[in-house]
Amino acid sequence: MADQIFEYAPAPESRAVVSIKPSYDLFIDGEFTPASGEERITTLNPADEEPLAEVAAAAEADVDRAVRAARRAFERVWAPMPGAERGKYLFRISRIIQERARELAVLESLDNGKPIKETRDVDLPLVAAHFFYHAGWADKLAHAGLGPDPRPLGVAAQVIPWNFPLLMLAWKIAPALATGNTVVLKPAETTPLTALVFAEICQEAGLPPGVVNIVTGAGETGRALVAHPGTDKVAFTGSTEVGRQIARAVAGTPKRLTLELGGKGANIVYDDAALDQAVEGIVSGIFFNQGHVCCAGSRLLVQESIADELLARLKARIERLRMGDPLDKNTDIGAINSAAQLARIRDLARIGEEEGAQGWSPTCEPPERGYWFAPTVFTGVSQAHRIAREEIFGPVLSVLTFRTPDEAVAKANNTPYGLSAGVWTEKGSRMLWTADRLRAGVVWSNTFNKFDPASPFGGYKESGYGREGGRHGLEGYLAG
Amino acid sequence: MPAERRNKKQQENRGDAAAPQRLAVRKTYKLYVNGAFPRSESGRSYPVTSAKGEHLANAALASRKDARDAVVAARKAFGGWAGRTAYNRGQVLYRAAEMLEGRRAQFVDEVVAADGVGRGRAEALVSAAIDRWVYYAGWTDKIAQVAGAANPVSGPYFNQSAPEPAGVVAVIAPPWAPLLGLVSVVAPVIATGNTAVVVAGERAPLPAVTLGEVLATSDLPGGVVNILTGRLAELAPPLAAHADVNALDLTGAGDLAAELEEAAADTLKRVLRPEPAPDWSADPGTIRMTPFLETKTVWHPIGV
Repeated sequence: MADQIFEYAPAPESRAVVSIKPSYDLFIDGEFTPASGEERITTLNPADEEPLAEVAAAAEADVDRAVRAARRAFERVWAPMPGAERGKYLFRISRIIQERARELAVLESLDNGKPIKETRDVDLPLVAAHFFYHAGWADKLAHAGLGPDPRPLGVAAQVIPWNFPLLMLAWKIAPALATGNTVVLKPAETTPLTALVFAEICQEAGLPPGVVNIVTGAGETGRALVAHPGTDKVAFTGSTEVGRQIARAVAGTPKRLTLELGGKGANIVYDDAALDQAVEGIVSGIFFNQGHVCCAGSRLLVQESIADELLARLKARIERLRMGDPLDKNTDIGAINSAAQLARIRDLARIGEEEGAQGWSPTCEPPERGYWFAPTVFTGVSQAHRIAREEIFGPVLSVLTFRTPDEAVAKANNTPYGLSAGVWTEKGSRMLWTADRLRAGVVWSNTFNKFDPASPFGGYKESGYGREGGRHGLEGYLAG
Repeated sequence: MPAERRNKKQQENRGDAAAPQRLAVRKTYKLYVNGAFPRSESGRSYPVTSAKGEHLANAALASRKDARDAVVAARKAFGGWAGRTAYNRGQVLYRAAEMLEGRRAQFVDEVVAADGVGRGRAEALVSAAIDRWVYYAGWTDKIAQVAGAANPVSGPYFNQSAPEPAGVVAVIAPPWAPLLGLVSVVAPVIATGNTAVVVAGERAPLPAVTLGEVLATSDLPGGVVNILTGRLAELAPPLAAHADVNALDLTGAGDLAAELEEAAADTLKRVLRPEPAPDWSADPGTIRMTPFLETKTVWHPIGV
């Protein structure tokens, strides 16, 4: 088989559209401003481990400065401004993002390791769409169904992860600004660069100083931001463990909280499913963004009668995935974001083997440098295995089987998480029956990993609380 | 000594006090768990006094084990209750309002005793509680239309968001307003399809037990509402930390609220924080329902 596949010539996207500065300061009160301390963080290209740039590590004093700037901007400018005017700033930002989409897509691939195909065709169009969608809400909040006179909360502290650096920024900043709040956002320490270019975009759009503040740093900076008494709202996307810590920190304070946490999504394939379509959905469900997706379909539940056939087709499909240079337009699987994440994925995959599941990966040669993990499928997985229970956050799929729809639902719901699920069947009544019973915030039927700013996203149970996107997403930023 | 003889002896000891023509049958107040009325497994009770300090009755002093049993019952009842049609849930809730109306005299007596309010005021409070229950009976088949959405996503997809119950909700009922406040926090939780474990107000728990008797005779499946009487400080912490409780209503938690919210963080429970001074007479709107709802969004491709 392998000799029948064409070898593609490399088709790399040009890096020339991006100019990365050697060093970046914090973005506070409309200006790039040095951090109070000396500590710097180097962000690497995970595909070759070469340093890209240094960013500041914001200390408590810097966070305090950013929160004060946000408070001033909230009170003097942003909240009193008519919604229609606020909306126009967001429309401007959306347009600038579209104009600079290629630059941002390349930079995102460089900093994160995800394929350019995805940043170009998924991340950036969605980022622009999120600002455009929310821009239109700014002067229509009284129609959102949250009361006749909804008011902004104040200063929002926002902490986002490294898997979709710019998209998560858009998910956080666009609704906060549309509803009249100001923000202090901390990007992940391994992927700060597109957030800093976004700061430039805010300047370019003429956004009033202090409305958006970006403080780079690691866990300490995030903790200082979340705990700062001058913020009215905390919004976090990331691991369930950190989410718990934040919920504890916010307990007993008047701060509002939304959390988008981990998941262990089930992808249920019934025996009547269109198998080739299901295979595409399974691949997208777990290998999109190297599996660095909280709503990834990391547990494949396949009806026993078709398991052999489906697995054969799935493996054949995975053999054709191309792993390598994220900037190559033919690349399907890019680099793992960091050495630490790679170690965690390897660790859990090893535990999968030790607990008796059988791992399989296609033959592929990873580049010599960088952080790489081949797409992996585990069969013979039981519900008790750690690879079936813990979020791996990497390209690792666990396959379980079921016989009846009831069993499929019971196994799908057998997790403390409740973020996403997939259902594959040609029978509408069976799809609706299953979707009805799944305890998950998003159910993709005969599709997977679809996102849209008009569509609420968020989890049940320990996948966090609140929704982002759509009318529902406004609720977390408004007092009724 | 058998009770009758003891009573007789007491009467004799009181000298010339006349024995009543008929001795009243007093009520034993119990818990309401899984559709039944058990005493506390701990065998304990505590005296409940009126607002003026007179002894009213002994209420069951529920234990942590009773709280856990109530969570088991609520979890067991959840699938069936959430799975009923919204119309049917409305019917059941309305039936409970009918039962409440039928017992209004008893509730008025209990509210007078518990709250120390006059009869006229107690009648108004009981009427408001019944009307509140009817209000939520009417919400069951409307909340999805108000809190749901058809989302116009940019692509050929059917995309719809609908609210669903969060699961088992632990409700700390307010210590004031022993009937109206209680109804105001319990009805919204079950109207939306959740099941509830309710910690009744510690000082005035008797109307809550009677509400349990109403619910038991109103087609509400056993386990949908479970009512515990006892010490807030003993019952609330295990419920806030319980891994099989999905949400926490802290309305009556008082000084314990921050501590309970912190305990709830471990399992990422949905928490409704107490308001400083809730106005039970105000139109409640949807604010007591939405905190206990999840939003599920279903995507499906459109094509031929």
